[in-house]
Amino acid sequence: MTAPQRPQLPNAAGYFGRFGGVFVPEVLVEALARLEAALHEAFDDPAFWAEYEALLRDYVGRPSPIYHAARLVDGPHAPIVFKREDTNHTGAHKINNTVGQALLARRMGKRRLIAETGAGQHGVATATIGAKLGMQVDVYMGAVDIERQALNVYLMKLLGASVHAVESGTRTLKDATNEAFREWAARVEDTFYVIGSVVGAHPYPYLVREFQKVIGIEARAQLIDRYGRLPSDVVACVGGGSNAMGIFHAFIDDAGVQLWGVEAAGHGVTSIDTAASLGAGSVGILHGSRSYVLQDDEGQVRDTHSVSAGLDYPGVGPEHSYLKDSGRARYVAIDDAAALAAFHHTARREGIVPALESAHAIAFAQQLAVERGPQGLVVVNLSGRGDKDVRTVAALEGAEIHS
Amino acid sequence: MIAGAGLDAAFARVRGERRAALIAYVVAGDPDPQTTLAVLDALTAAGVDIIELGIPYGDPLADGPTIAAAGQRALEGGMKFADSLEIAAQGRARGCAPILFFTYLNPIDRFGAERFARAARDAGAVGAIVPDVPLEELDAFAPPLRAAGLAIPLLIAPTTPPARAERIAAASTGFVYLVSRLGVTGARREPDVAWAADAVTRLRPATDLPLTVGFGISTPAQVAAVGAVADGVIVGSALIDAYAGSRGEEAARKAGRYAASLRGALPVK
Repeated sequence: MTAPQRPQLPNAAGYFGRFGGVFVPEVLVEALARLEAALHEAFDDPAFWAEYEALLRDYVGRPSPIYHAARLVDGPHAPIVFKREDTNHTGAHKINNTVGQALLARRMGKRRLIAETGAGQHGVATATIGAKLGMQVDVYMGAVDIERQALNVYLMKLLGASVHAVESGTRTLKDATNEAFREWAARVEDTFYVIGSVVGAHPYPYLVREFQKVIGIEARAQLIDRYGRLPSDVVACVGGGSNAMGIFHAFIDDAGVQLWGVEAAGHGVTSIDTAASLGAGSVGILHGSRSYVLQDDEGQVRDTHSVSAGLDYPGVGPEHSYLKDSGRARYVAIDDAAALAAFHHTARREGIVPALESAHAIAFAQQLAVERGPQGLVVVNLSGRGDKDVRTVAALEGAEIHS
Repeated sequence: MIAGAGLDAAFARVRGERRAALIAYVVAGDPDPQTTLAVLDALTAAGVDIIELGIPYGDPLADGPTIAAAGQRALEGGMKFADSLEIAAQGRARGCAPILFFTYLNPIDRFGAERFARAARDAGAVGAIVPDVPLEELDAFAPPLRAAGLAIPLLIAPTTPPARAERIAAASTGFVYLVSRLGVTGARREPDVAWAADAVTRLRPATDLPLTVGFGISTPAQVAAVGAVADGVIVGSALIDAYAGSRGEEAARKAGRYAASLRGALPVK
């Protein structure tokens, strides 16, 4: 492989252009510095990667396949190829990151993992690797989300984790993240904070990207192998943005490949009920870094809305803000109704029930594939499976599921 | 202009009285602006030397449940950033103790750091503490505040390595804020008085600034113990708890009585 021509990002201070940085209370600064030192040391150690890769292969089930979703669009269109992160153990891309961070935590001598979670997928993925490595796991989850995602709460408990209800603020993912930071500040000596997305203070956006970039590395090689060419477009949903950074990263130097991040418009990007931080937000500071944030004129973080709990977050990873401003990636938004339609359509036409998060990416890819025509090749990161969302969708449609 | 001249005068006075300063934290507009003004008067009358006025923020990463809830009450009451500046201006006009703002970077960033610096100076405030901005990121808001003569006390935590603590002390203005234990603000967990005493002793040769201690201090006994070694004792959550649920003069009476009990506990050195 040739060395990349562009500068390595983030820079030493943790910045992607003007985005990123370290905006945390002093009590956490040394912990972040130690984490950074430990990750550089681990990343230089082939034994660390060997263990990570073995776990991804034997435990997570990688490489995940690519799959031509041939019945998704009628009429002339570009082939749509799914990168099947839904086939991973625990049903989403989240586990790629928790395996990596847990190995790093163990290497640093930490005995306890903490995590924030919204829909519960990252909480489940953390509880899973915690169980496997014999580490204590405490998950912080907004009280509203605990209500919405009872199944995942039970699953985390089955896996031996403790789930703590967060009653502050809007009682959702934003507040769960605040609480996880506070808990880390209180137990910083023995606790490792496993952040679930490419957000937070440096080095987290970098660290999480490095553990998710396997998605794009695999997909790029698989596409070349099967189609003999690079895709015209790479499409991924963006909440915090980890599955998107994961699949984008390997394609960033491929100038001919258009990268698309699909945010959750909720009831519409210009409505108050949205989660499109890049589409409707402004530059601010949230959870330790500077990035686009959904906020009001007073700098108070706004309440967000998306039918998909995993995208229902007012911030976004700083590298996405950088890719937006530099123009390397483009960001669009899909509303609740279109995502729900894509959810059903994918189930009926492909026999795959996607996560509501991923359904946002699929909805956009359907439009894009028609626009590109047969010469294009559109790859979609199918970031997770939709089992967790069945109850939500049923409730929206007035159906009752008795368990 | 000397950064935080009002602060220097306050610390000079308490030094003359051979005791530590009592520094009280309240959230502006909790639960309404009139109550806050009455509380500022009562704190001043009770002998509080310096006031930290919290500008409410909905996602206060360095604060525990008491201060987070106080901020929420203020925001639900309709408090805006400019209202906090107005409370400070009115408080100073009424002769209350010197006021430092305490808030987070995002509301300052949105309001504009230069505009905040001018408005804070015009309100008669003496400085600002922004706990989510560590030493390396100070340029995000500090230069215009410094230019306006406002002090920017920085925090040192139990996890801060000694060499870094010295750098932080050197970059601080007004005073240095030692965090008495791990975690966030709040009276639920006790301060580590022994650590704080040790930290004060170790840092003393590195700076001429007053060394103050806060986080978790809630009882007269703790104020006495910390006041015996530090140049200032900071009390926030416990004070907010002392008048939570009350308004107006009733809240002021409760805050004043509690502050007087702490002030009475400060030992003569």
